[in-house]
Order: sequence, then C-alpha cells, then structure tokens
Amino acid sequence: MLDGVLTGSVYALMATGLTLIFGVMNIINIAQGILVILGAYLSYTLSVHFGIDLFVGLIITIPTLFVVGVVVERLFMARLKGPERTSMSILVTYAISLIIEGSLNMIYSINVVQLKAWYVDKSFPIFGVYLPYIYLFGFILAVVLLTSLYIMLYRTRFGASIRASLADQVAAALVGINVARVSTICFGLGIAVTAAGGMVYGATNAFNASTSYDLISRLLTIIVLGGMGSLGGALLAAILMVTLGDVVAVVWSPIWSSPTFFFVLVIVLSLRPQGLFGKQSARVA
Amino acid sequence: MTKKGRYLRAAGVTSVALASLAMMATSSGASSSTIAKGKPVTIGISLSLSGDFSGDGTAFKQGYQLWADSVNKSGGLLGHQVKLDIVSDASSPTQVVTNYQKLISLDHVNLTFGPFSSLLSLPAARAVDRYGYAMVEGAGGAPSVFQAGLTNLFDVSMPVKDALVPFAKWIAALPANKRPKSVAYVTTNDAFTEPQIPVAKAIISAAGVKTKYYSVFPAETTDYTPIADAVAAAKAQVVVLGSVDVPTVSAFMQAFEQAHYNPQVFIATGGPDQGTAFSSVVGIKNADGMMVPNAWYGSATTPGSQAMVAAYVKKYGGTPATVSADVAEAYSVGQITQQAVIATKGFDNSKIIKYLHSGVTLTSVQGGVKFDKLGENNDATAFTFQWQGAKFVQVNPTANKASKPVLFPKPVWGS
Repeated sequence: MLDGVLTGSVYALMATGLTLIFGVMNIINIAQGILVILGAYLSYTLSVHFGIDLFVGLIITIPTLFVVGVVVERLFMARLKGPERTSMSILVTYAISLIIEGSLNMIYSINVVQLKAWYVDKSFPIFGVYLPYIYLFGFILAVVLLTSLYIMLYRTRFGASIRASLADQVAAALVGINVARVSTICFGLGIAVTAAGGMVYGATNAFNASTSYDLISRLLTIIVLGGMGSLGGALLAAILMVTLGDVVAVVWSPIWSSPTFFFVLVIVLSLRPQGLFGKQSARVA
Repeated sequence: MTKKGRYLRAAGVTSVALASLAMMATSSGASSSTIAKGKPVTIGISLSLSGDFSGDGTAFKQGYQLWADSVNKSGGLLGHQVKLDIVSDASSPTQVVTNYQKLISLDHVNLTFGPFSSLLSLPAARAVDRYGYAMVEGAGGAPSVFQAGLTNLFDVSMPVKDALVPFAKWIAALPANKRPKSVAYVTTNDAFTEPQIPVAKAIISAAGVKTKYYSVFPAETTDYTPIADAVAAAKAQVVVLGSVDVPTVSAFMQAFEQAHYNPQVFIATGGPDQGTAFSSVVGIKNADGMMVPNAWYGSATTPGSQAMVAAYVKKYGGTPATVSADVAEAYSVGQITQQAVIATKGFDNSKIIKYLHSGVTLTSVQGGVKFDKLGENNDATAFTFQWQGAKFVQVNPTANKASKPVLFPKPVWGS
C-alpha cells in the first residue's frame, strides 16, 4: 500500500506533464514515454561518465529537457493548426517518439541499464517493513516538484495566464495573454518534469528505449482516469492505479491486477466520461 | 453509391483478390531448389530488433551474422554466398507473420530462419508453412509451439519443459540435512516459462521440499515490487523465477535486497544467461550465486563453439563469458540448415523438411541435434549455470565432467 502511494507519486510526476500539455494546447503527447526514458538516460550519462549524483544531476537534466520541449514545440507543435490539431498531434508526437527511440538505441544500444547510487538498493525499517530509500526520495522529489508546479499555476501571474489559456484560449488572447508563448513554456515545463520522473523510474527499473511503450500506455491511462487537463486528477489517478494494482496483486493474484484496475476505469468513465476531475468546458473540440 | 459505382467497386475488389491469389500462387514457387551460378542464397529472417525482445533479437542477429560470415569465408553454401534478409518485427506476433509473408512473396528468399521466442515462432512457422517452407529456429521450444502439429518447424535448442530438470534433481539429491526446506515459485504467464515450473516442482516436492508460495503474473507487468515483496514475505529458502528477460530478474533481485531477503538458492529461467547485459545491470556482486538453466555457455567445449566465441569476441568485443546463449542458438540454426542443404544438395524446402525428419543426428555448437516427429530436439542436454564472481560456470548435471561445484548457499546481496 505504502509502495503504491510512493510509486504512484512518481507516475503522477510523469503524467502531470502530459496532462498540462493537453490542457493548455490540446496536444496528446505520445512522445511523453520516450522523453521519460530520455530523462533516465541523461541521468545515466551524468552518473556513469561524470560521477554526478542522480538527484544533483536534475539541476542539469531538468533545464535540458525544458529546452528540448521548447525546441520541439517551436519546430513541430506550433505548426499544427485547425480542427485536426489534436489528432495530428498524435501522429507528429509518435514520429518524434520513433526518432528519439532510434537515436537512443544507436547511442546506448538496446541492452537494458539501471541507474545506480547508494540509496537505490538500500532500505530502512519502519512499522515492521523495509522502506526503500529510493521510493522515499522519489516521493519527496515528486511532492516538491508538484507543489512548485501548483504554486506556479495558482500563485503567480504566469500561472494565471496558463489557467486562462487552459479555460479558453480565444478569451485569453482577447485579454492580452500571449497564448503562443504560454503554450511554448507549458510544453517545455511538461517535458522538463519527465527528467525527474525518468530519473526515479530508471533507478527503480532496468530500462532501454523500448520501455517507453509500457510507460506511455500507463501515463495515458492515468490522465484519462484523472481527467485530461487536471493536475490533481493525474495525482489521484496515478496513486489509485498503482495502489489498486499492488493490493490486488498481493491479496488476490497478480493476474487480476490490471483487469481490476481497468474494470474500475470503465466504471468511472461510464459515470464521469470526463474523468475524476476533468472539466468538459476545459476541452477544446 | 450508384449501380454502376457498385459494379466498379465489386470489379475492383475482385481484381485485387485475383491479383493477390496470383501473387501467392507464383510466390509459392519462389522456393527454388536451384540458384543461378554467382547468385547468393537469400535467407529471410524476422527478428525483434525493438520492443520487449530487442535484447534477445539483437543477439540472435549477431549469431545469424556470425554463421553467415563463417560460411561465406569458406566458400558459401553449395558455392553460393549467404545473404541474410533481416526485418524487424518489434516483438509483435502480428508483425512477424506480415514479415515472413513479405520475405517469401515479395523478396523471394530461398530459406527462412526463425524469430526469437515461442510467442513469435508459432505464428511465424504457420505463416511459412503455407508456402511450404521449412522453419529452423533456435528459441521457440515451448510445448505449445509443437502441439500445433506443424511438420515444417524444427527447434535446434532444448525443449523448454526440461530446462529446470537438472536443477530440480540437484536440489532433490542434496543430503537431507543440507537440502532446503521450502521453495517459492513465481512465473510470468509466458509459453517459455510456465511449462518449466510444474516439471521442476514435481521433482522438488517429491524430495520433501515444501512449496510456500506459487504465483503467476501477467507478461505485461511493469511493477514487480508487490509480487517480489509477497515472495520475500514467504521466506522460502529457494526461489524459482520464471522470467524471460533481464529487467524482470533485476526487479526481483532489487526488491529482495530492499526487503533484506536472501534466499539460499535463486534460479531464473531467463535473464542471467545474458552475459554482461545481466551482470552490468545487477552488479557483479549481486550476480554472484544467481543460477539459470540453458543448453550452452561461453566456455562450452562442444565442437565449433570456441571458434564461434572467438569470432564473436573479435567482431563484437567482450569476453567469452559475455556471449549470450542466444548467439549460439542462432548460430546452431545456421549450422543445422547448412547440413540439411548439403545433404539434400540444394535449397528445396520440401527435401530439407523430409531430411530433418529422417532421424539423422546433426551437430551444432550447442551439441547434438536429432528431431522427433514434432520437430523437438531430442538430443539436447539441459544444464544449469551459475554466476560465481565474474565467471559464468556450468554447475549441473553434477555428473557432467565440466560441471563445477554449486556455490551454495548463495552469498547475501552485495557481499
């Protein structure tokens, strides 16, 4: 149960970027999974070749992926116009995903790797169980970053611009908000958080570029359940997905772990097609 | 749609269907038994170069390529240089079928070699069977593959259900005061892993070792922590893990270490046999004592094995211990096909199939190969290997001269 909450927070971190990008830009970023893996590989490079601690390395990897996000948005996303923008974004980001996957395979080979640090394999006793340090540190990191994101969104002028764009892009533009600039920065932020998510994922799982396929399916499920565009929804859905899966795996059987979660997903979507916290009005057709 | 439009559409669909049938009809004759002088013999292969099996798929590609290099260096196959036509199936059972259809109908390859894993071998063999092609493969030995009753499928490696038998017999033969008292079985629901567990369990249970945990988890599992924690909570002295890849084994090892659970014996059906691809992920210290069943390892002394390993190290780097068993499995596919082609004096797939079913004993870097009527290799011997320090050594069957003593109990994690 505790593992589920801690792991869920890391998934929430990865899914937050996805839901933020959709909420503001109506873009479904299929490349989010491979960008998480790119974040993991950047941490791997800094750790193995430069001896930089995984968490300290985030000082470099988060801004790097922010720049990657800005470049991708300017080169590809900003050019997507018209009513087919959302569906076209799936194709474009899938293509980007394939390019990054191929490049990672060429640079790092297809052999799996895992991030190493003293806290990756170690644990400490608490309430009769052993809690791995990496889950605790990952949870703290997720809380810090999600809180920072929340403060930025709800306590700053720029956050108000994002929320206005999220609610209605046309109205936001009419009141003088530079929606294009907000979109670019949002896309950059959405990608930047994958650096942190990727680092924790890479420390808890062996990975290669192909791992991104498992990741993106889980991330998409999280934002659909939480409500596309909802940060709180992404957090709750991620914790629900991982915790429910873990509890069913232990109490019942691992075989029923995924079916049970998807059963819950179908029930929730039948009752609330917009997801747990999704707002129909926030979507742009 | 107007009446005329409907007629035109019907005519169009009929034309496409007839054209497809014509293409299949002509393509079925593509398996020419003779190849013009100076032309290469082309071998079509679908491999998992991305997706879940990309690590194994890449090792298979290396094995096939090493065999082709070796043959071409010595004058080719019946005087024809070997050309491999390799396409990626992204580990998809659907794509693998499309690939072999393309390789046969459009590329007109002369022969086909198998893909990686039982999951892909069966649909692939069915696809090439429709064209009358033989499919010799090195990694598709699950019982479900042979239960399909295909006559064109031949697996040069050991039948997977027997893989854990030497290990189980070793446990059962330990003196009562040293024999572990309890065992946990946990396996992915994969055609390669699941059939191995009941065979091993029957032998181990008969020796009085109590089963404390038994669970099957879905292949699509990505978070192994709760399952590994449940195994750790059972506190069994032996863990038998049905795994197909390094990430699965690595996840269980990491969770066990975090839970301060140190089983005396830990064997995984796949993963630890991947050379440095395994040891570099889990660390040499943690790899120490990990066991895996297989039919071949880098220091094997079977005929041709050392030459293949030397060629591998020269071409791809590393050491003999880092050569994946997948390389030998793929290389063996080439060797068996080569012997069949030479014996039948051509590339006629029907003759090759007949020859391979004739009960003849062939040789490969993995050892003897003799196919039964289902295409299983009855001559294969199962071994158990273990990481001992930085070395990967054969430890049983204990009666085998090349077997070293088992490192038992397994050292605690990180020591």
